[in-house]
Amino acid sequence: MPDAPGLELIRGEIEVDHPGAVLDTSFDRGQAALIADPRRALDVLRWLKEQPGQRYDFLSSLHAADYLPNEPRFGVHYELINRNRVERIRVKAMLADRGEELPEIDSCVELFPTAEAQEREAFDFFGIEFRGHPNLTRILMPDDYVGWPQRRDFPVGGEPVTFTYSERRYG
Amino acid sequence: MRSKQLAARDMLRGDLEGEDLERYVEERVVTTNFEKMLNLARANSIFPLTFGLACCAIEAPISIVTARYDLARFGAEALRASPRQADLIILSGRVSIKMAPVVRRLYDQMLEPKWVMAMGACSSSAGMFANYAVVQGADKFMPVDIYVPGCPPRPEAVLYGFTKLQRKIMGSPDQGWRQRYNAAGTEEWARGGPRSEPSPEAALAYDEARELARA
Amino acid sequence: MAEATVSTDEIGVSDDRTKEVMTVNVGPHHPATHGVLRLVVDLEGEVVRELRPVIGYVHTGIEKSCEDKSYWKVIPFVERMDYVSYFFQMEAFCGAVERLVGLEIPPRAKYLRTIFLELNRIHSHLVWLGTTALDLGAISMLWYCFRERDRILDLFEMATGQRMHTRYFQVGGVIEDIPLGFEEKCRAFAEEMPVRVGQYEDLLDRNEVFLQRTKGTGVVPRERLLELGVTGPLLRAAGEPWDLRKAFDYLVYPEVDFKIPVGTVGDNYDRYRVRVAEMVESARIVAQCLHALPEGPFIADDRKYVLPPRSELSTSMESLIHHFKLVTEGYRVEPGEVYYSIESPRGELGCFVLADGSAKPARVHFRDPSFVNLQAFRDMAVGGYVADMIASLGMLDPILGGVDR
Repeated sequence: MPDAPGLELIRGEIEVDHPGAVLDTSFDRGQAALIADPRRALDVLRWLKEQPGQRYDFLSSLHAADYLPNEPRFGVHYELINRNRVERIRVKAMLADRGEELPEIDSCVELFPTAEAQEREAFDFFGIEFRGHPNLTRILMPDDYVGWPQRRDFPVGGEPVTFTYSERRYG
Repeated sequence: MRSKQLAARDMLRGDLEGEDLERYVEERVVTTNFEKMLNLARANSIFPLTFGLACCAIEAPISIVTARYDLARFGAEALRASPRQADLIILSGRVSIKMAPVVRRLYDQMLEPKWVMAMGACSSSAGMFANYAVVQGADKFMPVDIYVPGCPPRPEAVLYGFTKLQRKIMGSPDQGWRQRYNAAGTEEWARGGPRSEPSPEAALAYDEARELARA
Repeated sequence: MAEATVSTDEIGVSDDRTKEVMTVNVGPHHPATHGVLRLVVDLEGEVVRELRPVIGYVHTGIEKSCEDKSYWKVIPFVERMDYVSYFFQMEAFCGAVERLVGLEIPPRAKYLRTIFLELNRIHSHLVWLGTTALDLGAISMLWYCFRERDRILDLFEMATGQRMHTRYFQVGGVIEDIPLGFEEKCRAFAEEMPVRVGQYEDLLDRNEVFLQRTKGTGVVPRERLLELGVTGPLLRAAGEPWDLRKAFDYLVYPEVDFKIPVGTVGDNYDRYRVRVAEMVESARIVAQCLHALPEGPFIADDRKYVLPPRSELSTSMESLIHHFKLVTEGYRVEPGEVYYSIESPRGELGCFVLADGSAKPARVHFRDPSFVNLQAFRDMAVGGYVADMIASLGMLDPILGGVDR
């Protein structure tokens, strides 16, 4: 994990090549994160992967989170690992809720083929559309399911527990 | 002991007759009716279906056929992969909404008589998963004969449920659920069996389902 | 020699042999799919041309359910994801929350956690070996592997009361100390395990049918596996010595001496050898941890996050208040997010916890190794025979509870 000054150094270097792509850095509880502009997140990932000094070439996890009621609402997290130096770094892209339309971000499948199933999962559960994904369909829910289950405003579901015997007997 | 041997020898030679023969036969033959015999045979030679959904699948069907919790001593050692050859479907695990039609189709493909064991809390009543993705109890879409609670139930608990099911079978295999669920005509008999064509209502329902699946 | 009077072009007989492609559906109910995995396979004769896995048949909405429960109630939920290696999910979640909260667990708890994690690794590999050998036709392996598995489950039951899904790890340590007699039984098991593994190897290592089915099948080059994000024994069998236990120090792995088996070719036989060798290494880790088990508390002292011992409830008012608060509402966690990953028997198991200041997590996400490893299955199976596809599926070791969550 690059420490806090190391993180600032990385941000400075990215500013030189892709100005404005990194909006903020965060070093919280020992974990380093770069908060990227969602329109330029792919540039940041490519820089981190291909830059000779960085080489974060292993995408360990791609997941999304719903930060409701904070805006922007959706966060897409990329967990990257550099296996030679054994370091982790996280890239976060925050997407705003656009009402009926789905929030969009570029897909990183060409850079990291492992993202294919994980982006489908983020689409399935949050309705985040990844531009350029070869097969963006539902993966875990049934194909004709309506709704984005893991958004915070989607109800958990299930049915209430009824005590029919007791209700009938005791009123 | 010696007298029994002598009597047996006489019987085999054809020497026993009259009262001796009557007594000999009465001591050794049990009379019952055909239904009881049939149910006894059915109960002691159940063919379970190899069907595992989730965590309970590690306990059954995998763990109860292993040497410590031997299912073979109940006569149910022959686990069949094809639903057409199986008698018992053990719903071992949570039934998600995507899997429910598949399970129902497997159940429909099984031939009469067939039984269902809802093993574990998740198939009995969704267990701890009261959410959008799990069917809240398998008996919402298929009839269940015996519920085995636990998360996961110990293999001994599953075997206890199994023996209870055996006793239920020896009592009567038809549980009257078809009257309860208004599902007469949905029985599945082997080709050429007594009622191997579905009733007109059931045939209509099957056709509709096939159209939906094809669309 | 007379000239051929009819040419094939005239009568329209084609010489193209790639036209009979049949799409076959394997699963979700199938004896060999290790759970409810559905494979839509395009077959040309016996050769697999294209493969599409369809998953989601045991999707349980665990991650969504976790948002509704206080932090300690999440633990029984998450351990039911990958239902063969349940201690690992507990460790991933508890470790993530401990990092969120900044809680330090006592050394005895670390050693106990490591012992149970490695026992669970052996358990998972035994289940894998039994079911995979069953798929490949070596049916008697099932009985031998499950005999050992029952011994491990006896150990779990002795310590926690449950065979599977024990909810033994809590945030701050473990829920209770190991009973008397556990150490001897566990030590006896750890000493006997390498002997048993030797017996398994004797059964399978020179079995001609097993070798023919696994050697040279399901090969995926190492770079492709890294691109696909595959971790765990699959990656190590292809020659990459990447193991999170050695890479990122967590629990007591830095203090324990163990090796990581690494393969060379990356075919199914290497995967088998890597996992079987890992069983022996795990037994060694268990023996070392038992030897070095320190005395002390088994859970952290911080009453804000950890339940006080029951004996104090009758004497101390403060303990009673803490207990009440923890059981009814649970503890609140400052807003923040943590991603913590460990090495489960299948690869990198990561847990992402997002806290928003309330007593319930706002998002719990598991990066499940089987979910990512399943993407490599297409590369493993396409171009080979159907039988090799089944062998590859066994060696891939997917657990659909983890894939679908």
